Amino acid sequence: MLEIKNLHVKLEEEEKQILKGVDLTVEAGKVHAIMGPNGSGKSTLSYVLSGRDGYEVTEGSATLEGEDLLEMEPEERAAAGVFLAFQYPVEIPGVGNMTFLRTAVNAQRKARGEDELSAADFLKEVRAKAKSLKIDADMLKRPVNVGFSGGEKKRNEILQMAMLEPKMCILDETDSGLDVDAMKLVAEGVNALRDEGRGFLVITHYQRLLDHIKPDVVHIMADGRIVKTGGPELALEVENNGYADILAEVN
Amino acid sequence: MALPEVKQTATEARLATLTMPEAGCTRAAREDALARVLEMGLPGRRDEYWKYTRPDTLISAEQPHAALFHSDEPLLFGNLDRLKIVFIDGVFSAEDSDDLELEGVNIDRIEDICCKDIHWAKELYGVLESRGQSPVQRPLAALNTAFAADGVAIHVTGKPTKPISLIYRHASETSDAMLHHIIRVESGAEVTVLENGPAASRFNKCIEIDIADGGTLHHVRAQGRDHERRAATHMFTRLGQESVYKSFTLTVNGILTRNEQVIELTGDDAIAHVAGACVGDGDFHHDDTVFVTHDAVNCESRQVFKKVLRNGATGVFQGKILVKEGAQKTDGYQISQSLLLDDDSQFLAKPELEIYADDVACSHGSTSGAIDETALFYLRSRGVSVKDATNMLTLAFLAEAVDEIEDEELAEAIVNRLEGWLSRHI
Repeated sequence: MLEIKNLHVKLEEEEKQILKGVDLTVEAGKVHAIMGPNGSGKSTLSYVLSGRDGYEVTEGSATLEGEDLLEMEPEERAAAGVFLAFQYPVEIPGVGNMTFLRTAVNAQRKARGEDELSAADFLKEVRAKAKSLKIDADMLKRPVNVGFSGGEKKRNEILQMAMLEPKMCILDETDSGLDVDAMKLVAEGVNALRDEGRGFLVITHYQRLLDHIKPDVVHIMADGRIVKTGGPELALEVENNGYADILAEVN
Repeated sequence: MALPEVKQTATEARLATLTMPEAGCTRAAREDALARVLEMGLPGRRDEYWKYTRPDTLISAEQPHAALFHSDEPLLFGNLDRLKIVFIDGVFSAEDSDDLELEGVNIDRIEDICCKDIHWAKELYGVLESRGQSPVQRPLAALNTAFAADGVAIHVTGKPTKPISLIYRHASETSDAMLHHIIRVESGAEVTVLENGPAASRFNKCIEIDIADGGTLHHVRAQGRDHERRAATHMFTRLGQESVYKSFTLTVNGILTRNEQVIELTGDDAIAHVAGACVGDGDFHHDDTVFVTHDAVNCESRQVFKKVLRNGATGVFQGKILVKEGAQKTDGYQISQSLLLDDDSQFLAKPELEIYADDVACSHGSTSGAIDETALFYLRSRGVSVKDATNMLTLAFLAEAVDEIEDEELAEAIVNRLEGWLSRHI
């Protein structure tokens, strides 16, 4: 599904290399987790995959089902099936959450040559999905993320993901700022979307999210590279011993 | 004091092109207004109040030119049940207008207020304009009082069931029109007044509004979209106790627009809200000049102005809140913001507060900024195209001003106009 080869990325504005040769393949139906200390390049990887400005790819490639992601605009990547759940979801005053969702869903359908969802069908679907994430009607009406609590913002991200049904879901520290109950709710939302055709890349600092979203593969990222790959037990190792041991081992 | 020679010459040249209407009982008010024009002179480039907007083409003796705007979009307020009063190039058209009959309101042409002996009108014409000349001079309004050839007197005594809709059609590419309306809202009465259309190649319009205790006036206006049209408008509003005035203006296109709102809160517990949204491209120049005077206790005033500018367009905001001695418990708010869609456009703002009472809450703010890149990326990452995302964020920026319109149907009509502009320009 997602294939990243030898990806080198630097900041556009300064000569700072952030990713120094990332190799990673996420197969359809699998959940891959990336863990790593602060500043290792995890968030940068998520931004580069979704097409945010400010980064320059100096070497390597990233493809989704063989299509070159790096050549696409952010909206084209979205239509191709990439979804990034933001670490810090953006507040957009003046744009209703519902309007935003509907515009996004229909823009993607249009880009894929599908018919737009009718207002009634859209409403039915969004209500059902919102309900399972405990998002009430008021939250749907309010401007996007404005005045939402940390937990509400993250649930809203998962709602968008559920509505857009992407092929490749990238979750950037979706657990940050969540209490245990909120984390469970978000994890349930993610797990409901797991299926054979969909890949997940879950970026997190902590093992605890992975208790709820069970990964198939765990990668440790440090200094712009994947330095170790293993099964779910690798996350437990990090939880118990921190990153120091692993980093010492690979160095 | 003698006028500077340049100003004297320009004023005389303009006056030479104008003829004062005969109109019996407004004659004295017109002569007084002409005397004010002669004393002040028409605005010139050196006048502080015209620092950001060049008045030359608003006062020039030459015939103005403006091509007509053509669009396939549905007529603004087209589906709305309203009483239509139509002016073509500044001249009342009985043929295109509805019968001026509506319960709760009396409507007459200014030229008829004498023969019909309409006292309130005779006593209002030119009075608020004259009061509004201090502390800041507004010569174009005095010029209007003196020479406006047409207009209506609207006397609101009840609560008419539908809005009064003033429609200004532009037919000749060289029309130069002046209209002067007067409105009196009686105690406890309530009305909605709509205005739309470019009116003329060059348009000078003045409205004097007197709202008695407990009266309410809603005003929604959409200025015409002819690219080369020029307009200088004044609204002078006096509010009595517990009265309400809410005004919203949409400006789309127009090479030069100067909208002045002069508001005087003279009765306790009165409320005045003025708002505006404008979108402009290229040589668009738009100036909102507002002066709110608080002269009573516990009044509320609110100014919300939003401008979207691109391709070298210019926006101006001069807004002042004056709180007189004794106007305690005043709540004054003022915000002016621009969204600059490129580096060539500019927004010039002069927010002012002048306060002589010690128990008031007044605030003002002014900002200029570009589209929020983070928000743009967020929308795009969900599959929304750059164009649609920019449009969404632009409409969102304008929403705070449009939200000032209480009537949802009117607000929707305004949003449709804005969407039309966005689809043509972004």
